[in-house]
Amino acid sequence: MTVGEMAKTLQLTPITVGDESRTWSGVYIGDLLSWVMGRAACDNAWITIMSNVNIVAVATLVDVAVIILAEGVTLEESVRNTAAAKGVNIYTSEKTAYELAKELAGLQP
Amino acid sequence: MDEAVKFHFVVDGNDFTSAGQASVQIKKNLRQLGIAPEIIRKVSIAMYEGEINMVIHAGGGEADVLIYENRIEIILTDNGPGIANIDLAMQEGFSTAPDNIRSLGFGAGMGLPNMKRYTDAMQIDSTFGKGTRISMTVNL
Repeated sequence: MTVGEMAKTLQLTPITVGDESRTWSGVYIGDLLSWVMGRAACDNAWITIMSNVNIVAVATLVDVAVIILAEGVTLEESVRNTAAAKGVNIYTSEKTAYELAKELAGLQP
Repeated sequence: MDEAVKFHFVVDGNDFTSAGQASVQIKKNLRQLGIAPEIIRKVSIAMYEGEINMVIHAGGGEADVLIYENRIEIILTDNGPGIANIDLAMQEGFSTAPDNIRSLGFGAGMGLPNMKRYTDAMQIDSTFGKGTRISMTVNL
């Protein structure tokens, strides 16, 4: 399933959309960035409440398909600009990480 | 002759938010060289953890990446305070990072363990009070 289709189904609000046709697979939830780098897999949907600029570097290096910011977290303009320049997919949602993961699980084949 | 392709980076110790520039750049360089994605992921994550460590603990440093026919070597050098107890520092969860670093999502004590996890060999040479040199190898 593509990031764009998933975002539409879960009614996520786009913050930066680099490539919504990218396919995502599996979910990782976490806010400690080294933990995410150690455990998240390529193409994951990464749910976090962390909003500083380092999430962009981590998403790029781990090569996750999309960052979903939970609990209504948003990004400062400078972070948004960096993410846009790097082509990272970032969405936000008012839902909790648990609610998002539950819905994402229902979308997995 | 085993001639290496070399890349050199200076890691700015004053700008925590720009840490990662060298890792993101090396990721691009390796992609251009046609290196396999899983190898690129290992090298760039190990290097990013090293960059973050140098910014948090050592006021910056230098990173060299050497690409040989059968391996990639990453050498990180700094003139920071050194690591007092390397065995302790290698334990997952052990960290001496200050609280403001934790609020940015780092300082979980996973940096050095991740560097080891993502590389095939890692050597730490550290002199307390003088600096640290870490060399890591990823086999191709």
